Amino acid sequence: MTASATARVALVLVSHSDQLARGAVELAAQMAPNVLLVPAGGDGTGGLGTSFEQVERALDLATAEGRSAVVLTDLGSAVLTTESVLDLADPELAARVRLADAPFVEGAVAAAVTAHGGADLDAVLAAAEHAGSTFAPTGDPGTPAAAVPSGEPAEGEAVVALRNPLGLHARPAAVLARMVAGFDAAVTVDGVNAASVLELMKLGAAGGQSLTVRSTGPEGRAALDAVVAAIEGGFGEV
Amino acid sequence: MTLDVSWAIAWVRGTAQTVAEHRDELVELDRQIGDGDHGENLTRGFTAVIQRLDALEEPPAEVGDVLKLVATTLMSTVGGAAGPLYGTAYLRAAKATGAPRLDSAGVVALLEGALEGIVVRGKSTTGEKTMVDAWSPAVEAAVLAADAGLDPAGVLAAAADAAERGAEATIPMVASKGRASYLGERSAGHRDPGAESSALVLRAAAWAAAEATA
Repeated sequence: MTASATARVALVLVSHSDQLARGAVELAAQMAPNVLLVPAGGDGTGGLGTSFEQVERALDLATAEGRSAVVLTDLGSAVLTTESVLDLADPELAARVRLADAPFVEGAVAAAVTAHGGADLDAVLAAAEHAGSTFAPTGDPGTPAAAVPSGEPAEGEAVVALRNPLGLHARPAAVLARMVAGFDAAVTVDGVNAASVLELMKLGAAGGQSLTVRSTGPEGRAALDAVVAAIEGGFGEV
Repeated sequence: MTLDVSWAIAWVRGTAQTVAEHRDELVELDRQIGDGDHGENLTRGFTAVIQRLDALEEPPAEVGDVLKLVATTLMSTVGGAAGPLYGTAYLRAAKATGAPRLDSAGVVALLEGALEGIVVRGKSTTGEKTMVDAWSPAVEAAVLAADAGLDPAGVLAAAADAAERGAEATIPMVASKGRASYLGERSAGHRDPGAESSALVLRAAAWAAAEATA
């Protein structure tokens, strides 16, 4: 146990960008020096993309000496490439590897810190996957949604049905967030800060679902009317 | 008639050629709804396949050996989602074709294996504006053609025709998988580049079969 990496679980960070993978390793390593962190970024020839062979090598290194490994990925092909490598890998090795459904940077940091403490594979995986809630701390006290000035009377509340068949996906969420940012008001949709694209997307609101909009502040009434009109208008999509 | 390893090699060479010829078109399709690298990535992948094929000391013994070489090369060299998707497709197709010569049923098994690989890797189904929308009708058409007693060349021609119609049918679809899904409704109105390249791959297979039986 004299090596620098003494944790039982290693991390492999698969990104389309070599710099992004190395940067995430650097960041996580600062907080978890005893964890083996292996970057697997880029297409292997200096370009953006993912490389089967690079991911394969990284997993071999990470799982050496009986270690388990959690893999974090960025965009689509990083996931597909990792799954392909695991499909073709020795089943004994693949059984010691988990692919995390987690945000790349936050997941890496959370997983590394947990692995540093000597946790097992399931605990490290759970730490990575729980990191997603960093984006939308719904229900927690002290969230941005709760940053509405206290003591101010609520300017309004409305319940409105989401008409977009695909729900509140990236584009309408961005439209809504930009709109809300234009008002001197604090607006929430189903309890999350409507000025945050990520929080809106994380609601996972589906088409046909009813949304509760609340608004306070000097321009609270106007903001509420604008938001309700945008949702009722299907964000120009339907 | 049956198709042998020389057909498989002709198919792969024909695919490399047609993908390179349509490189700019695939790049443009992908630029509209994805990240614009599909034509570039596939051209690089199939160029590497041809290099590895040319470097072999002895030609592969079976159709499946050719398909496996394509699979591993694409996975290593494509760099985008098409790598693992096509790679898994060729790998499953290779597993489904463990014979030196393919009859019509063998061709159907090859195509079914490829489709299964794409579905497994992409976790996608029809109507999501992906490669599956070309491969799924291609397999259906191949099954019908084989049942009707067509030879392997006829089966592949039917599959290629259906794949082209399938690629055309992706135009009005809204993507719900892959990079294009980030565009939501705006992905409608564009042909899916993966479905288009799939149609090219299957057309190359049909051409090679027609040549082999001419």
